[in-house]
Amino acid sequence: MLIESGSPVAADTKVGISLTINGQHRELQVAPWTTLLDLLREHLDLTGTKKGCDHGQCGACTVLVNGTRVNSCLTLAVMKDGAEITTVEGLSGLANEGAGTNGLHPIQEAFIEHDAFQCGYCTPGQLCSSVGMMNEGHAHSRDEIREAMSGNICRCGAYTNIVDAIEDVMAQGGAR
Amino acid sequence: MNRFDYVRAGTVAEAVQAFAGAESARFIAGGTNLIDLMKYDVERPGRLIDITRLPLGEIAEHDGGLRIGALATNATVAYDDRVRARYPLLADAILAGASAQLRNAASTGGNLLQRTRCYYFYDTGTPCNKRQPGSGCPAIQGVNRIHAIFGTSPHCIATHPSDMCVALAALEAKVQVSGPEGERSIPFAEFHRLPGDQPEKDTNLRPGEIIVSVDLADRDFSRHYTYLKLRDRLSYAFALVSVAAALELDGDTVKTARLALGGVAHKPWRNEEAEALLQGKPATRESFQAAADLVVAEAKPQAGNAFKAELARRAIVRGLEQAAAGTPQSITDKRIQ
Repeated sequence: MLIESGSPVAADTKVGISLTINGQHRELQVAPWTTLLDLLREHLDLTGTKKGCDHGQCGACTVLVNGTRVNSCLTLAVMKDGAEITTVEGLSGLANEGAGTNGLHPIQEAFIEHDAFQCGYCTPGQLCSSVGMMNEGHAHSRDEIREAMSGNICRCGAYTNIVDAIEDVMAQGGAR
Repeated sequence: MNRFDYVRAGTVAEAVQAFAGAESARFIAGGTNLIDLMKYDVERPGRLIDITRLPLGEIAEHDGGLRIGALATNATVAYDDRVRARYPLLADAILAGASAQLRNAASTGGNLLQRTRCYYFYDTGTPCNKRQPGSGCPAIQGVNRIHAIFGTSPHCIATHPSDMCVALAALEAKVQVSGPEGERSIPFAEFHRLPGDQPEKDTNLRPGEIIVSVDLADRDFSRHYTYLKLRDRLSYAFALVSVAAALELDGDTVKTARLALGGVAHKPWRNEEAEALLQGKPATRESFQAAADLVVAEAKPQAGNAFKAELARRAIVRGLEQAAAGTPQSITDKRIQ
């Protein structure tokens, strides 16, 4: 059913929402308790976004909502009705003309170049978080990058190379 | 997560109305704490009232100070040019907390209403007077390294986890609320409660009341301030002890002192006697040590957190020194100068 301001939607009812995900407009029916993360992974097969802790502590589920990085595990899909979502699958599209020869976003190229991952589980979150951080524009030094990326845990410990990759892209003029 | 009714509110009145008669309703804004607690079954709201579409996201001039809308995100507030210029203590405290992703989602009102991170409160397999009144407090005989040393009760030794609120306490902010009985203004010191025999109540908000804004007064603590946060790792961790210090100086003499501590009590901890002691005194280590001794004299630590009293004493002295010198703690370079 459609959401009407001020009218309760009963607990067993699915509600209609619209989201633009990686540039594609979608009309969706979701139960109110569906997190944005579960919607992406379980309903839309966008499994690039990872479920790590599911409690906002690890950052593996980081996506961009209207260009801003957030933990998709702590966000209900129904609350984001009307928003634009970018996941790791959509980063190359976000880069547009900035995309490299193999169609990747510059930050993805830089992660490969700098060997900024080992097992790769945290990487989609690291990538989305990096793009969000660069767009925020508050981090400039290496210390500031480390602080601004502290919401993304890498248990393999690739931090040094992750910061190298981000610095590299920032030196080329940042993200888009 | 339990099943719940969902209401999207278009106006504050609609939000307040949706609360009336709804069993265990909760307002939701950023969701960063509430959704987490719902996943642990600590919170099981029968109804969620989505207030994210209310027009409460602005930061505006107000009575010579600033009025921060309840839905302004932590990041919006921390990076606002007016906040940074006039209330840098608040900006620094916000940036000392959580992660960038959480600050992008978390709201001002929600920050005030976040719940303790006491392990026993989160673990539904253990008793907890805050979660289930009357069931007991295992923290008192248990693992209590992170718990309170001030204002505890035999029923609860939890701490309030916010950094932002420690700065708001020092700045003597006012919380504007709207509810079934109309609007009212709550001084920050009276917003949060000590646990007493009702630890399930974190604040003095009445049922159905919604935070509308947090107002900052026209006071100038922009030169002599610091937010000093001490924790187990240098980023993205809750405070063991934090200090918000703000001074107005007349030459080398203290005109006004504001001091609030985080990580040590059920609410941001202030000691007005200690602040009064500093008034008219030279801004020296000796004065600051006397104030710190007065604050810490009240500490009643548990078996696992006696270190917090000494840590607080030293953090107060260092924080007041940083404030007096006009060299606030850097939020990225964590070395303590």
